[in-house]
Amino acid sequence: MEPRTLFQKVWDEHVVVQEPDRPAVLYIDLQLIHEVTSPQAFTGLRERGLKVRRPDKTIATMDHSTPTLPKALWVIDDQAKAQLAQLESNCKEFGVELFPLGDSRNGIVHVIGPERGFTQPGKTIVCGDSHTSTHGAFGALAFGIGTSEVEHVLATQCLLQRKAKTLEVRVEGQLMPGVTAKDIILALCAEIGTGGGTGHVIEFNGSAIRGLDMEGRMTVCNMSIEAGARAGMIGPDETTFEYLKGRERVPQGADWDAAVERWSQLCTDEGAKFDKTVIIDANKLEPMITYGTNPGMGMQISEPMPTLESFDDFSQQAAFEKAMLYMDLEPGQPLLGKKIDVVFIGSCTNSRISDLRMAAGVFSGRKVADGVRTLVGPGSHDIKKQAESEGLDQIFKEAGAEWREPGCSMCIAMNGDNLEPGQYAVSTSNRNFEGRQGKGGRTFLASPLTAAAAAITGAVTDPRSLLLS
Amino acid sequence: MAKFTTLTSHAVPLPAENVDTDQIIPARFLKVTDKHGLGDSLFCDWRYLKDGSDNPDFVLNEAASQGAQILIAGNNFGSGSSREHAPWALVGWGFRAIISTGFADIFKSNSLKNGLLPVEVSADVYKALMEAVQLDRSTRITIDLPTQSVTGLDGLEATFPIDAFSKHCLLEGIDQLGYLLSFDEQITSYEQQRT
Ligand code: SF4
Repeated sequence: MEPRTLFQKVWDEHVVVQEPDRPAVLYIDLQLIHEVTSPQAFTGLRERGLKVRRPDKTIATMDHSTPTLPKALWVIDDQAKAQLAQLESNCKEFGVELFPLGDSRNGIVHVIGPERGFTQPGKTIVCGDSHTSTHGAFGALAFGIGTSEVEHVLATQCLLQRKAKTLEVRVEGQLMPGVTAKDIILALCAEIGTGGGTGHVIEFNGSAIRGLDMEGRMTVCNMSIEAGARAGMIGPDETTFEYLKGRERVPQGADWDAAVERWSQLCTDEGAKFDKTVIIDANKLEPMITYGTNPGMGMQISEPMPTLESFDDFSQQAAFEKAMLYMDLEPGQPLLGKKIDVVFIGSCTNSRISDLRMAAGVFSGRKVADGVRTLVGPGSHDIKKQAESEGLDQIFKEAGAEWREPGCSMCIAMNGDNLEPGQYAVSTSNRNFEGRQGKGGRTFLASPLTAAAAAITGAVTDPRSLLLS
Repeated sequence: MAKFTTLTSHAVPLPAENVDTDQIIPARFLKVTDKHGLGDSLFCDWRYLKDGSDNPDFVLNEAASQGAQILIAGNNFGSGSSREHAPWALVGWGFRAIISTGFADIFKSNSLKNGLLPVEVSADVYKALMEAVQLDRSTRITIDLPTQSVTGLDGLEATFPIDAFSKHCLLEGIDQLGYLLSFDEQITSYEQQRT
């Protein structure tokens, strides 16, 4: 048999029907649902008199429009309230398991899937959410879909899909202290641009990827979509199995051993071909930060921003000028030392326990700079509990940061947490689009270390200067 | 889904690259539970001023844009989130086709399911169309799906790619869920084999 890639193996395993000149009918093992992209799909089912084919392969959570203040202070506008209520009644009517607001298992959809063990190697996983790519860290084929497709999967447990091309991103070497998984993926976005991976599924490999823990791998796969790829995958290994072992929804006992045996076969075969390969030297990576209004507009934190002459293409120049205008920044100047107003540590990219530990390491024994608002949002209730048992919440609070309830929070600003017009934020989330964190707000994307360092100094700061002192 | 065969219309030029779904429809409008009425919020943060009035500098507000069914936009249109609210908003405003040099994957897939045709053209064709439309806003462009062609400018005869299945669905107004449901038997036997 021809050597196959991880993607090819998972794809082959899930093709139900492949007719000539037609997209494949691809079987989906797990669909994750949230309140924002599902109401119209359930309405569609109802209109056609259809049922959810496999409620046992469907789970739902509330995360996007949920408030992150303590319960007593919840403010939920009527529209969000209606949307949350609709998810609840839809799940009830169609028999879908829901982790609602306030439930101890609630959290951001891409955090709770892996955490509870729903996410497993070799599965096909979809959600009406582009950061579904996160789950690929386990060797699953996981990607975001639109609401029409959410309805397709609810009704048939299948999707019509054309096979993507493959892009290998090999990250070799060792990360320097102060350089994290987030910096790897921001460096990739800067290198290939936000359209660089269009039409491809990325497979990340190389020694620097193998060296990451599962949370770091999730951070990397999470932002595959920011590089234009619908999915990012990493072959499962001991690190993967170690993370999953004993989790609530993974196979147990003898079934576990059989599963590990199966999962171990998934890695890309020696000699398998990728359509494209990009190589990143991990040894040379530095902390990264974005300066513009898409995740591809990033640079090493110590570099000056580009100038118009840095781009040879007219439309890239236009995009750069527009971004500089929106961000109110001077081309060619350094970003280091730029005063900021807000720091957000959270989102499905960087809200897991290791992210919080990293940030807490910087906050410990220090104070947030005057005038800087700092929000720390754990990705789930489990993470919140874990962080509190380690005393991380105390470190954040003593430093002067706000310790919030789980949810998407300021990543998407549809839940009461948002930037004010003109404010600058260093954020560990994944999108710096105009207005993403609040109308008129300006976002610098960076790692939890870089975000924490900015909170302490009140300006864009190389986190290594605080780690060494 | 509405059928798509041939469309002739004047166009709205939006030369920006990487127009993301947060610009097409900002997240705060995603709290709706149906698909309708999003056209008013299309490109909201560019289209309206702080006080809610129309921004006269934004192209969609120009008199020449009214009634247009074609949008010409810069490369990598629709990047970002998977929100189908983006094509719902574009269709809600009145667009039936978007011409660009490239589209983000999920946006393209969502558009095709809503009768909104992504027309991918070469950089040269894009430039010619953009310049012609910017120069004369009444320029009418024809997009013909059966022949997969774009015409309207003197000497311009461009084609665009589309997969056979999506083309068939658009031409016939076929909805893909109906097609998927026809495989019920195969899906059932696949499920039985795997357990
Ligand atoms: S944290 Fe942000 S990117 Fe992640 S699912 Fe929520 S809104 Fe989307």
